[in-house]
Amino acid sequence: MSVGTSSTDVQAPPARGGSAGGHVGDSPIRPDGTPKVQGRFAFASDLEAEGMLWGRTLRSPHPYARVRSIDVGPALAIAGVSSVVTADDVPGASTYGLISPDQPVFARDVVRYVGEAVAAVAADHPDTARRALSAIVVDYEPLDPLVDPARATAAETPAIHPDGNVIRHIRIQHGDPAATGDVVVEGVYEVGMQDQAFLGPESGLAVPDGEGGVDLWVATQWLHEDRDQVAACLGLPHDRVRLHLGGVGGAFGGREDLSMQVHACLLALRTGHPVKMTYLRDESFVGHVHRHPARMRYRHHATAAGDLVKVEAEVLLDGGAYASSSSAVVSNAARFACGPYRVPNALVDATVVRTNNPPCGAMRGFGAVQVCFGHESQMDKLATRLGIDPVELRLRNALSTGDVLPTGQKVTGAAPVAECIRAADAHPLPSPAGDGWLERPGGVGRTAELTNVRRGVGVAVGFKNVLYSEGFEDDSEARVRLAGGVASVTCAVAEVGQGFVTIAAQIARTVLGCDAVVEPAGTVGIDSAGSSSASRQTWMSGGAVLRAAQLVAAQVRSAVAERLGVAPESVTLTDDGRLVSASAGVDMTVAHAAGGEVFEATAVHRHRRTYPLDDRGQGDADVSFVFAAHRAVVDVDTDLGLVRVVQVTTGQDVGRVLHPTQVIGQIEGGIAQGVGLAVMEEMVIDGGVVRNPSFTDYLIPTVADMPQVLATCIEEPEPEAPFGAKGAGEPPTISSTAAVVAAIRAATGVDVSRVPVRPWDLV
Amino acid sequence: MTTSPPTPAHGAADTADDPGHRDGTDDAVYELTVNGVARTVEGARPTDSLLHVLRDRLGLPGAKNACEQGECGSCSVLVDGVLVCACLELAEAAVGCEITTVEGLTPPGAEPGDAALAGAILTDVQQAMIEAGGVQCGFCTPGFVVAIHDLLDRVPDPDPLDVREALAGNLCRCTGYGRILAAVEQAVTVRGNGRSR
Repeated sequence: MSVGTSSTDVQAPPARGGSAGGHVGDSPIRPDGTPKVQGRFAFASDLEAEGMLWGRTLRSPHPYARVRSIDVGPALAIAGVSSVVTADDVPGASTYGLISPDQPVFARDVVRYVGEAVAAVAADHPDTARRALSAIVVDYEPLDPLVDPARATAAETPAIHPDGNVIRHIRIQHGDPAATGDVVVEGVYEVGMQDQAFLGPESGLAVPDGEGGVDLWVATQWLHEDRDQVAACLGLPHDRVRLHLGGVGGAFGGREDLSMQVHACLLALRTGHPVKMTYLRDESFVGHVHRHPARMRYRHHATAAGDLVKVEAEVLLDGGAYASSSSAVVSNAARFACGPYRVPNALVDATVVRTNNPPCGAMRGFGAVQVCFGHESQMDKLATRLGIDPVELRLRNALSTGDVLPTGQKVTGAAPVAECIRAADAHPLPSPAGDGWLERPGGVGRTAELTNVRRGVGVAVGFKNVLYSEGFEDDSEARVRLAGGVASVTCAVAEVGQGFVTIAAQIARTVLGCDAVVEPAGTVGIDSAGSSSASRQTWMSGGAVLRAAQLVAAQVRSAVAERLGVAPESVTLTDDGRLVSASAGVDMTVAHAAGGEVFEATAVHRHRRTYPLDDRGQGDADVSFVFAAHRAVVDVDTDLGLVRVVQVTTGQDVGRVLHPTQVIGQIEGGIAQGVGLAVMEEMVIDGGVVRNPSFTDYLIPTVADMPQVLATCIEEPEPEAPFGAKGAGEPPTISSTAAVVAAIRAATGVDVSRVPVRPWDLV
Repeated sequence: MTTSPPTPAHGAADTADDPGHRDGTDDAVYELTVNGVARTVEGARPTDSLLHVLRDRLGLPGAKNACEQGECGSCSVLVDGVLVCACLELAEAAVGCEITTVEGLTPPGAEPGDAALAGAILTDVQQAMIEAGGVQCGFCTPGFVVAIHDLLDRVPDPDPLDVREALAGNLCRCTGYGRILAAVEQAVTVRGNGRSR
């Protein structure tokens, strides 16, 4: 074990709830827990306002078509319909986008995917709005859609968008391109399209202010970015578009892009009424971006002893019709394509293309999830070829601090890859399958014959960046105010369920020694906190809260010193929020010392600068990396191809555990999504049409599908991170999928090369 | 300037020029017994789901609208003691039934529908969900709370199959269910010890 590394078994963290107390490292209850269990917590879809209208969106039924004309007259003629808006009614920028503004607010001349917004209506009742949509007459001329990403770059394929069919291409060339190994293994792998499937539908309430501006309460991941994009499309200055966080029912990347934001604001400004828009589930499936489907070709070279010599990888991602965050996703896919290993020579070629399929963008672990399935499948192939145990092969090549990545970047922070692998593998294996209903593949249906059931065990390890990369500045601002013995924290973080509100209060309590509350998040009076993505909020906004709280504590210390007539340096500020001066006989909490005075400080947290990749894919693109290893145990009915995931164990690099219960929640939840991608979750796209846009047909794991999860957190503090904590949201999703598939291969002997694994892939 | 924040739904009456009027049919007027209180529903459409009426007419947004086709359990409520998805029930068909929503769950000794009490004191299941970490985004939480109450009221000492079968109709996308199962365990223990309802 590296110096300073410790491991913590967090399988059964003690519940230390009940009180509002709780410092960093404790597990206080969530401040929003009580209203959530009572049904009183106001999600964005629960909001209403006086005189409110209901908005709905008309969407394209075609994957690719010319729009000859749109007649909104019949819709406007329906009593109760207040407004119908189309591309002609967008006063500002006609397009938007997270990285490049290539997506129309409403399609004008052409629609590029099934579900693209064409018009929106506001009416006095959801049913009236729905009838209005069916009254709008759109004359489409269907075009031949581009639905095969492999065709997107072909010379004979016309561009389906003015920006072209290639959204981004990245080439990483590292070391000696001519290097070869004693053994070479090759493989082609595919990942299907996964949906975030957050339970709270896209929703927001736009309220006009009567002076040409608008307030929007919305479920989002990044308030300030939404504000900027919405204001641009409305043609309004930023201060006239105010966003407030509505309760968010999960996100997982699916709320990074705009959905109903501009449409609702536009309708509110046109009608002068509050307008609420809430998607139904079928609309949600086309109303947000998805995880990129991937096709990957790998060639691994190694010495006979099992040292990696060279990795060659070609990655093709289907970006769908619009860019969203595709350029960041493909960059992650490229940077992490070789896995968390020492790879002296690498050739990576990664492309994300545009098609007439649904747009893809951010989902938990983006880019890294797809390539992890590729590089881990390869490591197993290599282990088989060399006759080396898969765990041993991974340990032998495991990356550690000081190693150099294929981008040329040296890993300077914690990189306990070997520790993660050993911890995942150290957990006890489950007992053999019994005859219980829960223990058979196929579950209570009892379809599996026990004589056909085979058990398999597989391991996988993955990694990704924490925080934004390639030169992007994702600062976070926070304000802490100490008054009346209570600290209040203001920060524009989107609480999407991850528990930032708990962490922020813990930090303020720890520094100031008093109770703390987190104020509602919005764009007014505070700068951006950045996005609730890339496992970054604990580090970035936690860091901003920490800094602001420390500034407040320093102010209090100065005031106390002045009161006592001593130098501020003679009063010590302890780690648990107390001011101590032996000479002056002082020992009290910062909050107590503040007395009746009010102290306030605002701080911005910035991370170390990062750099873009050069034309050979070299550069210090990342601040830090997180690692996790998973071991999966499956039972497969080889006759029916049914899989039951029995157990997933993990060792996860977390830097430091700030809240044991929330970390285990992230680990278990992330593994659930990884298991889903391994054996059940896929958006089935046929000719550009989503065939399963419902929870009846797009299956996510239920409590009956979930395996036992045993987790060990590897605590090696990250030098640059506040409290040494790295962020824990994404790693559970990265390699759990690959581990499950490895176990399925071990159970069946079938060379599975695609996820999700379907019954007919196994029989 | 900022406007004051909007409020969670409090049941504004529909003012819709709904199809019923033009079709010459009458809007329904009926009474539902929700959390022990008789509530008049005016201007309802015969096709209105119980979920819609609870959320948008009666100001009870605790039952959630995640799939509206009976797959996710986020809208779980009890109708005459039977656990149902409110999105699949016609509101009018629930006339004469006792409807219990998450807002009406009360600790021991209290009458259902004691809103002040329901708001002030958590049930053992609610307390366990918070303490065990069963709540993340919280969208599925009210449905789980109602479903776990239903389970433990029927089966005080459930085995793992009982629990998984009872909760398999409730989807959660955040937790992977581990902490929810821990919450069930905690609630079973608390009830077994007689410390609470």
